[in-house]
Amino acid sequence: MIGTLATLLVFQLLGEGVAHALMLPIPGPVIGMLLLLATLIVRRGAAAQLAPTSMALLRHLSLLFVPAGVGIMVHAKLLAAEWWPIAVALVASTVVSIVVTASVVRWLQK
Amino acid sequence: MTPHLNEIWVYLAASPLLGLTVTLLAYQFAYAIYQRAGFNPLANPVALAVLLLVALLRWTDTPYQSYFGGAQFVHFLLGPATVALAIPLYQQLPKLRRNWIALLAGVLAGSSAAIVTAMVVARLLGASATTILSIAPKSVTTPIAMGISEKIGGLPSLTAVLVIATGILGATLAPGILRWMRVTDDSVVGFALGVTAHGIGTARGFQVSEEMGAFAGLAMGLSGILMALLLPLVLRLIGII
Repeated sequence: MIGTLATLLVFQLLGEGVAHALMLPIPGPVIGMLLLLATLIVRRGAAAQLAPTSMALLRHLSLLFVPAGVGIMVHAKLLAAEWWPIAVALVASTVVSIVVTASVVRWLQK
Repeated sequence: MTPHLNEIWVYLAASPLLGLTVTLLAYQFAYAIYQRAGFNPLANPVALAVLLLVALLRWTDTPYQSYFGGAQFVHFLLGPATVALAIPLYQQLPKLRRNWIALLAGVLAGSSAAIVTAMVVARLLGASATTILSIAPKSVTTPIAMGISEKIGGLPSLTAVLVIATGILGATLAPGILRWMRVTDDSVVGFALGVTAHGIGTARGFQVSEEMGAFAGLAMGLSGILMALLLPLVLRLIGII
């Protein structure tokens, strides 16, 4: 467990370092994820070692959204003022996204 | 008696322990309700936990900053969790290889359509610039979306709220829309769920079948990577940021 957490943190640190050094407009953890994915492809068997703790962390992924979600109280004024454009934009883009993704995949799939 | 209690409360409210504890308790409670409701997407545990905590903070007159002093220990784990997404992604590589053109095209088309629709509709209906930038990455999984939002000048915490709302909407609407389109293939349904409703859609997919969940997870990872790479670049190119 500690080994996996340390590995994840090392890759996050590498990602943050790369993003900062190259001034990339990409979040550091995303670069860390890509570096880890590349490492897993090169070092077969590493994924099996990291899987138990990583999957335990991902199984409770939704808990990690809660502190940021509570931030809604800071934006209460903004949301009250702009609730109509926000609500319509969310519903419209959600429907469009479902229809477009399913159509394209179904059309191109073998 | 009362002054003592008051003192204890003031002492506890100032320490990070309280914010952390109430976050875990609220989530635990919300998850129990979600289970009772048969994993109905409308009883989303994140939305429920957030509602409970906002009510608690309002009622006790606690500012968000002092709550976050404790809750940040949970929030911090979003970084390592994002890195950990590499593992399910790696496990889905064989499936990805077989149909990579269709899946890649699906992610690019679906995510772009979501972003353009959201930004254009918000703009037409008079949303502010900050709101438009915060809404742009809302179909992407939260840790990545918050990172993108920060990079492009949105409000990460507002983005988090919009991402969660989108996840609940997508997981609720997708089954009906896809049935109407006569899409019955579990892999396609899962993929559309993942592109649109990220982790909440993935959780929903796993309730139907392993295949639907795996494809939703794959779609979530792919759209997260692609949008993190492309969205800031595209917005810079067209001069929005």
